Amino acid sequence: MTNWTPEQPIISIHNVRKSFGVVEVLKGVSMDIMKGEVICIIGPSGSGKSTLIRCINALNDIQGGSITVEGQEVHDDDLDRLELRKKVGMVFQQYNLFPHKSALENVMMAPIKVLNEDRAEVETRARALLKKVRLEGKEDNYPGELSGGQQQRVAIARSLAMRPDVMLFDEVTAALDPETVKEVLVTIKDLAAEGMTCILVTHEMGFAREVADHIYFTDKGVIVEHGSPSEFFDHASDPRTQEFLSQIL
Amino acid sequence: MTGFEAFFLQLAEDFPRWNFIWLYDEKQAGRVLSGLWMTIKLSLACVILSLIIGIIGSWLQGARNRFLRATVQGYIQFFRNTPPLVQLLFFYFALGQFTPVVTGPDGWTEVPIISNAGWAIISLSFFAGAFNVEIFRAGIEAVPHSTREAAEALGMSRTQTYTNVVFPLALRVSIPALNNNLVNLVKTTTQAFAIAVPELLYESVSIWNDFPSAQNPTMLLLFVVYIALVGVLVFGMNSWERNMRIPGYGQ
Amino acid sequence: MGSNSIPGVSSAPRSDLAVLKPFTPAGHAYDEMFLLRWLASVPPQVIVLLLLIWPAAAFAQSGVYGMPDAFAALWRWIPFLTLQGFVFNVVISIFAMLIGTLAGAALGLGQISNRIWLRRLAWGITQLFRNAPWLVILFIVLLAFPFEINVFGFIIPVPAWMKAVIGLSLPIMANISEIVRGAVMSVPSAQWEAAESLSFSRTQTLWQIILPQCFKRMIPPWMNWYAILTMATPLCSLLGVGEIITFSRQAMEAENNRPELLVPFFGYALALFFAYCYPIARFTIALEKRFAVKL
Repeated sequence: MTNWTPEQPIISIHNVRKSFGVVEVLKGVSMDIMKGEVICIIGPSGSGKSTLIRCINALNDIQGGSITVEGQEVHDDDLDRLELRKKVGMVFQQYNLFPHKSALENVMMAPIKVLNEDRAEVETRARALLKKVRLEGKEDNYPGELSGGQQQRVAIARSLAMRPDVMLFDEVTAALDPETVKEVLVTIKDLAAEGMTCILVTHEMGFAREVADHIYFTDKGVIVEHGSPSEFFDHASDPRTQEFLSQIL
Repeated sequence: MTGFEAFFLQLAEDFPRWNFIWLYDEKQAGRVLSGLWMTIKLSLACVILSLIIGIIGSWLQGARNRFLRATVQGYIQFFRNTPPLVQLLFFYFALGQFTPVVTGPDGWTEVPIISNAGWAIISLSFFAGAFNVEIFRAGIEAVPHSTREAAEALGMSRTQTYTNVVFPLALRVSIPALNNNLVNLVKTTTQAFAIAVPELLYESVSIWNDFPSAQNPTMLLLFVVYIALVGVLVFGMNSWERNMRIPGYGQ
Repeated sequence: MGSNSIPGVSSAPRSDLAVLKPFTPAGHAYDEMFLLRWLASVPPQVIVLLLLIWPAAAFAQSGVYGMPDAFAALWRWIPFLTLQGFVFNVVISIFAMLIGTLAGAALGLGQISNRIWLRRLAWGITQLFRNAPWLVILFIVLLAFPFEINVFGFIIPVPAWMKAVIGLSLPIMANISEIVRGAVMSVPSAQWEAAESLSFSRTQTLWQIILPQCFKRMIPPWMNWYAILTMATPLCSLLGVGEIITFSRQAMEAENNRPELLVPFFGYALALFFAYCYPIARFTIALEKRFAVKL
């Protein structure tokens, strides 16, 4: 294995390039993320934010540069995808729960089938996780019987059941009703408070300002500006950032 | 002789065209029952084999090898667009002549390895299987790519994703179309008549050839039995569909 | 059966779950170029293998009656098989489709009548002929129908092929009936209400508002049933009606029933049906797609 130590960045992204056909969506993006940090990536739609975090999980491949997770190069043909995905959990905009399984079964499925863990043990953990995302009593409901916000929290619990070191959130509140956005954000905030390393792509500026340790602003496939929330929101220097913020805030 | 049998014997005498011979003649009753049993065996074997063909075929259609994909596609198009009866004749007569023979149970006759019922099962299963491949493929395509991606992000391999997520969902989507195809398959087993498989239609025809007076009742019987067989299948498929329904989804 | 709606598939899903995409069993199975593509994707080693096997097989059989002789025999019979045989299959299919469509349209309208007894009767007939095997229906019609009909003193003979037409038209009738009922049911009930509020009568609404709307929807399934019917015409050979399979068997008999004849003769019949039905199937899918966009 690699000789990664927790003092080094848990995720290191260096000069990443990615194109879909002739369209280049990432034109040399770099960032280092330390363990326990909460990172928010914001920017206009189509700026490559989602693509970037999908590359971290090897759902998309890259054409140049490197991404390492705990010292392990992600875009390597010999990559053990299972090892990577045990370390990196991901939550999607569209929840993507398995509709034929109950909430509890959704959470239990991957640890049992993928990690071959003991069923009883997994069930105890899954129930605890559902309780943690405040879905006690909904264990036996099917995704179709839950609201969007509830489904999204099941999806978070499902990712946590794999005991990841890093969580990726891809616009997880974008498909939700305004009144259920909050319950999901509270769940993420709890996670961040416990020291989970989180990378969020989000449009919730207030939330980003509140929980993020560091904010990256991307536009047209490059990182335009980054900094702590106060630096970023109050003292943005780049005109593109200023224009974006003036439209949003 | 019971009163029941006496009644139908009398009926045959009073109305010579309505001789329900298989209700009082044990030998004819035996023919009807063995024909029915053969039809049921044929149907079950074909349903199971055609489902297996459907599952394997739809899995192969997702293969990376172009030749494999195109071969499955050619198979589907060929079997969909040619008459099942001619397929049956082709399999039995044309391909049957190339199959090896073994010595029969009596020790001196030569019997082909695959009997005519065997050829009927093979031919009809390939016919219905072609439709099943299509049905399963459409079901698999109905599963959103993002659901598959979520399984992948949880560390599942391609096979794990297929067996745990994609296939269970695709199957639920496919049931109504599958229902129609399997009903059609059961109806198509009558065409095994063409290669003298002793199924219900074959036995019925030989009964009314032997006893022309039994023609009308036997036709009636054929109608009733097939409608009942189809009814049982539809009932079974519908309750299966209800069992598989995902709570909170749709209605 | 038949009208089962699949939530999220044939109707809009009620939940905000990741939606299952529309389900089309016929889908894009019909790749425009599939034959060419298939040929193109044959690995070269397979072609080499075939080239080696073909002459070897021919050589092995030389001296005795071999495949080349069988194909030569087929070549002699092709005009007869095609013009006397297959053309007859087409004729039977066209007549059966004509009768089946007319009877089926009437039966389908019966199924949506507001007279309960008529609706039940039409439903019963439809289910009966939809679920009975074609071959059973054919046998019954052939044996139970008289071979001549006496109309006002004129004796009209009913030849076997005419009975076959009637026998094949019955299941077609039942399936067309379902198509008509399904198409009418697919028109939103608001259309009926709107027409009623404009004081159209039920008949007027049906003929002037509802049927014109669903006519287009009925064409692709109607064509699909025509293809199925055409593929059912060889069943007539089991009843002794002269068509391609009957004639193929007679031709093989005339050629002394050599087993080498079976592959070319039955293969030719399969090829003819494929050549006739495949374009119909392609066209049906094309129409389905075109109408799907416009509806």
